[in-house]
This record gives sequence, structure tokens and C-alpha cells, in this order.
Amino acid sequence: MSLSLIIKREFNAKVRNKSFIVMTFLSPLLFVAMAALVGYLANISGDEAEKIALYDPAGVFTKDFKPDKETVYTDLSKLPLDKAKKEAAEKYEGLIFVPKVADSKELVNRVEYISNDSPSMELVNKIEDVVNDNLTKQNLVKANIDYKAIDAAKTKAEVKLSKFSGEKSFKWFNYLKVFIGFGFGYLIMMFIIIYGNMVMRSVIEEKTNRIIEIIISSVKPFKLMMGKIIGTSLAGILQFLIWAVLGGILLTIAMGFFGLKMGAASAVSPDMIAAGTSKTEEMQVYLTEVLTLPWATMLISFLIFFIGGFFLYSSIYASIGAAVDSETDSQQFLLPIILPLMLGVYVGFFTVMNDPHGTVATVFSMIPLTSPIVMMMRLPFGVPLWQIALSMAILFATFFGVVWFAAKIYRIGILMYGKKPTYKEIYKWLKY
Amino acid sequence: MKPILEVKNVVKQYGDYTALNSVSLSVPQGSIYGLLGPNGAGKTSLIRIINQITMPDGGEVLLDGEQLGPQHIKQIGYMPEERGLYKSMKVGEQALYLAQLKGLTKKEAKEQLDYWFNKLDIQGWWDKKIQELSKGMAQKIQFVVTVLHQPKLLILDEPFSGFDPVNANLIKDEIMELRDKGTTIIFSTHRMESVEDMCDHIALIHQSNKLIEGPLNEVKKQYRTNTFEVGIAPTNFQHLLADISTKYQTTQANFKTLDDELKLQVALPQGTPPRELLSYLMDKGDVTYFVEKIPSVNDIFIETVSKKK
Repeated sequence: MSLSLIIKREFNAKVRNKSFIVMTFLSPLLFVAMAALVGYLANISGDEAEKIALYDPAGVFTKDFKPDKETVYTDLSKLPLDKAKKEAAEKYEGLIFVPKVADSKELVNRVEYISNDSPSMELVNKIEDVVNDNLTKQNLVKANIDYKAIDAAKTKAEVKLSKFSGEKSFKWFNYLKVFIGFGFGYLIMMFIIIYGNMVMRSVIEEKTNRIIEIIISSVKPFKLMMGKIIGTSLAGILQFLIWAVLGGILLTIAMGFFGLKMGAASAVSPDMIAAGTSKTEEMQVYLTEVLTLPWATMLISFLIFFIGGFFLYSSIYASIGAAVDSETDSQQFLLPIILPLMLGVYVGFFTVMNDPHGTVATVFSMIPLTSPIVMMMRLPFGVPLWQIALSMAILFATFFGVVWFAAKIYRIGILMYGKKPTYKEIYKWLKY
Repeated sequence: MKPILEVKNVVKQYGDYTALNSVSLSVPQGSIYGLLGPNGAGKTSLIRIINQITMPDGGEVLLDGEQLGPQHIKQIGYMPEERGLYKSMKVGEQALYLAQLKGLTKKEAKEQLDYWFNKLDIQGWWDKKIQELSKGMAQKIQFVVTVLHQPKLLILDEPFSGFDPVNANLIKDEIMELRDKGTTIIFSTHRMESVEDMCDHIALIHQSNKLIEGPLNEVKKQYRTNTFEVGIAPTNFQHLLADISTKYQTTQANFKTLDDELKLQVALPQGTPPRELLSYLMDKGDVTYFVEKIPSVNDIFIETVSKKK
């Protein structure tokens, strides 16, 4: 009875807050706007080609440096070297300097790139490629080998992926899975941090308002804490659901608006398509693959892992809120919370991308502090049900253990005013 | 009077520190009971135990003869010394919430709220947020939420701290009215004048121990010193002064009268009846003032606490 009252109050306090309303309805728009901005910026950045000067008096590579979208080359070989350098320094990004040598073999290690700003890796690679290609060809000719025949003989293999069930797959699709899994994992982390902070702030508010003693003379502190956590998590779930619906609507509108472009809008970047063979066929594979992802498992798991992870973390947040007098004092205690979350995101991202079912990824998807994040990242790759169930069981079991400690700290902390507690002191509270 | 609340040998420890050292109290039904003590004496610890906010490490607390349990939460109203309300919640909503937490149904809570809002003439505040109210207004609300569920036992920790005189008086009248209707009130304070005014029983806690307890009159009787303040217009001023100082222990007294009499404070030896002094004085002149010097709660408080040190 009183628990539901507290849940209701906490939920209302969160949901009726102006910032909740603004955040809920504005952030999807912001997200779309940001994605559009990033896309736009990425497009315009490639527009202007870099101007590079070339000084190659012997004319070894003059024909090999061909202008493309990113770079144009200007031959300054006719000028004396010092003049060419001066002009290059003033008017060009940099100067490719090819010294005059007796045997062009010697050029392997003697081509220089001179510039004020450090060149991009891409440019250096490009120059090295040109030099290598040219010198290799010369070597082949000298050895009397027909390099055209070698070129023609080279193959470019592409392994077709499929499942035993007969579905076609595509290697880039793994990146899409990582992308979707990472999105879910990241969302869980954000929700835990944002809503965990809300729980903490709400505890601090009651403490600084001094209403806390009135409330705990009516209900047990544990009930108040749980009511707060549950009420806040419901607000989080509501926000997530609103976003899901809004996202669906926005996507439908966007698809309608862009017509045929809809395929590209659904998370597949143009490079991926360019890497393939037949675009339309590939798109079909993508779309069917996206649809065959274990969506039901993923969405249900998201909710369960969100609830479990949020409960676990926010009980710690609540005890921190109880221990301190103001939000500024909470900083030193927050780091140990943020750390495992970050670890989850980064470890999850790198290990899951390499091997979604490897030891590291599997272990981290079981450790309760990181499991909500890492397991969500693994899910698109198909995780055996027993692993999901085990991970959830460990998560909830840990929650029950942690909440016991958290409640003790909470119970003592809410009545402590004045001094900023130390870890040592909080440890003492556990024994009261 | 049958006690409504009995505290028996209650012990509370925080680590190595003993906040309450086997404290026992008995609060009679329908009394206004002053719980006195300097800061840090253990009053708040005791009050928190009675409110079941913390558990005692030893001893027991009985309400109406029953071991204190969750069913008693509804019967106790508590206004802590450090008090406040949700700043951004509306007055009415907040009061309803707090009353429902105490176990009232929404309907009961609404009825009681209407009653109190009418009584204190604050009907228009329902939809206001606490942060929009002045401090005095918020204090009224604070009092209302404390008594809303009609508790049998009302515990007020420093009830007048922070109240302006007008509101303090208003609340005082309400407290008296509640007492007349049968509510028992425990008052924790170190403002002695309000104790003198309102309490009929007191207990003094100092350094985790209970030192004094009982009806205010009884306690005062224990602390009486058989000292009288007298005013007299003597027939022979010099003679009286010289004579009385040989018989009794006297000091200059300070009280107000209309004429310019001799004012003395006379301490009689224990067991000497006051009429002996009075008849002695009547021989010497016109007695205009003769009053026993009753110790004030303040005197008792200071004496006990400083003796202990």
C-alpha cells in the first residue's frame, strides 16, 4: 500500500518534471538533427581537394601521381629546388621530393614528403603505394617478367557467408550487428547513468528538504528506497517506450520522404554497399537479415537487463545520495560506479566485435556490473538461452545482495548531516 | 493516570558511543510531557526509537501496554526538529500523500485536510507549491500534516523553533485544544518558558541518562529550598536588619512592589515551617509580600545539569 504510494509519487515527480517532458520529446529530434549534421559535415569535408606539389626532375613518378577527389598534384620540377620548396611552402599543402639518383632502385627509401603540418596517414600511404607500384613494375621489367600478365593473374576473392539453415549472410552484416548491439548496450548505460543520478538527486533532495525524517516515521527506509528506485525506473521505461514509438514514426516519415533511399537510411553506410557486388541484392539480404535478428529476445532482454542493471546501480546511487549532503559531495563516490559502466561499453565493443562468443565477451556478459551492457551487445549474434538466463539470474541475485548493503548505508546516511563521510565511515555504518 | 507510553530500560549505542543508557520513562495519558535536556543528551535518539525510525539495542517501548510495532505508526504524530516538505510539490497533494503514508484512506485524508484548512483559514493554499509560501505559512502546513491522522500521541521536537510569535501562539492554542480532546503530547525542547507554560509532566535527560521525571509540581516540590521572598515596612529598619540576619540566612531580593519596603530573600532551615518566619515578621512591621520562591524549570535544569558536570 505505502510502497505503491511512494512509487506513484516518485513516478509523478519525474514524469511531470518539465525537463523530462522536454528531454523525452526533444532528444529524438536532436538525435535526428545531429545525425543529419554529421552526415552533412562528412560530405562537405571531402569537397576541397588538397593541393600537393611534386618535385621530380627525373620524371620517374610524374605520370603516376594522378589527381583524384582528395588530392591534386602540381609539378614544380622545372623550377630550381629552393624556389620550388619556397613556392610549395607558400601555396601548397606539401611537397613530394624525389631526388635525382643514378639507379631508380635507390629511390625506395629516398622519396621525401616535406610539409608544415603533419600529413594524414591516408596521404602517406598513397605516396608509398605510388612509389611501390612504380618500382615494383621496374623490377619486374628488369627481371624480364610480364607485369601485365601478373596483374591479370591476380584474383580478388570474396567469401559468401550463409547459415546451415540456408539463409544468405554477408560479412558486413556483422558490423551492422555490432552497431545495433552497441546501440542497445550504450542506451542501457545512458539510462543507468541518467536515471541513477535522478534517484540520487531525489534522495539528496529529501535529505536537504528535511522531509526525510517525517517520511521514515511513517514507512521503513527500505520501502522508501525501493519505491524511489521502482518509480524512477518506470519513468525510464516510459521514456524508452515513447522514444521507441517516436523513433518508429520518425523513421516511417523519413522513409516516405526519401522514397527509394529508405534502404540507405536504415543504418547501412554507403561504403558497405560499395564494397559489395550487386547493390539491390545486397540490400535485400540486409533487410531480411535485420528482420531475422532475434528482436523479441533483444527487446525483452533489454527491458529485463535494464531493470536488473538499473536496480543494481541505482541502489548504489541511492546509498550515495543518502551518505552525502549535496550533489557536489557525491563526486568522489560516483567514479566507482561510472568505471564498470565504461568498462562494459569498451570491453564489450572491442571483444564482441572480434569474437562475440569468445571467453572475454562471455565472461563480461556474466559479470553483473557489466552484463547488462555486454550481453545486449552480444545478443544480435545469437546467444544461447541458458546464457541469457544465467546472466539475468546472476544480475538479480547480485542486486539482492547489493541492495541489502545499500539499504544499510541508506538507513544510516539519511539521518546524518553535516560532515562529508569517508569510505571508512560508510564501512562502519554497515556494522551498526 | 494510566501511562500511554512506557519506555523501559532503553539502550541505544552508536559504535562505541552510548546515546541512551538504560532510560525509562512513563508518559501519562492526556498529559503534556516535557522531554528536556541539553543538546546531545539523547532526546532525539529516544524520540526516533519511539517513532520506530531506529531500533533500540536493549529495553522495550510499550504504547498502550503493547509492544511497539508497525500498527502503532498510525497512532503517532511526529514533528521532527529538522523538518521540511517537498518544495516543488503542491500543498494539498503533499498533505494527502503524507497522510496516506500514515495509513489514512484518500477520503479520510481529504476530510481531515478540509477540517484543518478551514480551521486555520488556509483553504486557498491547496494548489500552491511550498516554495511559493512564506516560511510561516509552510510551518502551518507542517503542523497540519503532523496532526492530520489524529494521532493518540503527538511528539513535537522543538515545536516552536523557527516559528514567529504569532504562529507560535496559534500552534500553542492548537496543541492545548488537542490535549483537551485527549491527545497526549510529548514536547522536546530547551525553551523552558514554554515548558513552564504548557507541560504538566517533565523528564530531564542528560548525558544519555534520565535524571529527573515526574509531574511538574512534584519535581518542583523536590527542588524547593524553603526560601521565601518577603516585603516588609518595618517599624525599626536598622533593628530588623540586624536581628533577622542573626536568625535566618538572608539576601537582598529583587521583586517589584508599589512602595519602598525592605525586600529580602529568606532561606529557612529545612523543616522550619514558614508560619514561624511570618509571625516573626509580623511583630516587626507591616508585611506586604510573602511568597515561597518556587524553583523554575530553568533553575532545575541548570542546577541538575551543572551538578552532574
